[in-house]
Amino acid sequence: MIIAEQKPLSEIEEMLADCHKVMVAGCGTCVTVCFAGGEKEVGLLASALRMARELKGQPLETLERTLHRQCEWEFVDPVKAELEGIDAILSLGCGVGVQALSERLPGVRVLPALNTKFMGLPLEQGVWSERCAGCGDCVLDLTGGICPIARCSKSLLNGPCGGSASGKCEISPDVDCGWQLIYDRLESLGRLDLMEEPIPPKDWSYARDGGPRRIVREDLRLGQ
Amino acid sequence: MAAETFEPEIVAFCCTYCAYAAADLAGSMRLRYPTNVKIVKIPCTGKLDSLYIMRAFEKGADGVYVAGCLEGQCHFLEGNINAKRRVKYLKKVLEEIGIGGERLEMYNMSAAMGPRFAEVANEFTARIRELGPSPLSATAKHKVPASSGTAAEQ
Ligand code: SF4
Ligand code: SF4
Repeated sequence: MIIAEQKPLSEIEEMLADCHKVMVAGCGTCVTVCFAGGEKEVGLLASALRMARELKGQPLETLERTLHRQCEWEFVDPVKAELEGIDAILSLGCGVGVQALSERLPGVRVLPALNTKFMGLPLEQGVWSERCAGCGDCVLDLTGGICPIARCSKSLLNGPCGGSASGKCEISPDVDCGWQLIYDRLESLGRLDLMEEPIPPKDWSYARDGGPRRIVREDLRLGQ
Repeated sequence: MAAETFEPEIVAFCCTYCAYAAADLAGSMRLRYPTNVKIVKIPCTGKLDSLYIMRAFEKGADGVYVAGCLEGQCHFLEGNINAKRRVKYLKKVLEEIGIGGERLEMYNMSAAMGPRFAEVANEFTARIRELGPSPLSATAKHKVPASSGTAAEQ
């Protein structure tokens, strides 16, 4: 899922400086699970903003709404009925959510309350870790199910590099060496032979280097 | 308002298994503690939602404290430890907002510690008296909108 983190309160306050009434919009999916932008976080942020603004003598009115998903039109559309008198929407969705609201609600200023960080998973309560870089051309079959793009600091396809020491990456003793993980995993699978096979250079045109990406499935489209 | 005459509004979220029982004991022992402290009984400090604390301040509390069992003695094993982390985080948020983190505190006590309950109530009230009214209280006692929910469900 998508992992995000709330921006500092001061930064959010600055964005809203000229607003009198905002909709604080949460998202009920990814960012709810990572405790960054669900209904609870909407309540806390709205309360903090109201108090901070009250203290500055510029009260802020808030309307709290949490959409099931900010990134689907059917969940965005009901918001249209509630925009009367709203100066902006403060979105606690990921970057996709912020953009979906902007796209679907013309003329409405949509501001991000979060920094969208990565695609990853919760390792334990309160700890998240990156797992996928969305490179568009998955190589996990060759690397024991551990992503060299997301988990090697240099995204090496044929690692490890000389910086790997005692299982850790040279960038920090707190970071596992992605290629050590791959090696250990392949060893446990009895597939160390895969380490002998050089992985050919990657076609980065499937990744962001090819510009904004899009998928079209003719079999799923509706209508003519 | 002069410090001597300022009567702060204090909300104490007390766990039913310890601090709330300790308050009862303090009463039976006829110990005096300030009437400024308004007790809210909760089933465990682990149940303490951060929003309760924010709402208390938003509605004009000058100080809030959370009183749970002694560490290692939580009825639900670690509710008080989780509450301690939340309180620590919210102190930072209150600081950022401009209300001040020292207006929020976490205390631990057992059900048998009636005198400690009274002592904490006295201590905290004195601290808030010293700090003066919440910067919000001039404008506070305002309404908190009940406008949350899922748009798609409405
Ligand atoms: S808007 Fe972002 S956080 Fe919300 S469901 Fe879509 S991808 Fe997940
Ligand atoms: S030490 Fe490991 S993780 Fe770090 S850059 Fe080298 S191969 Fe990649």
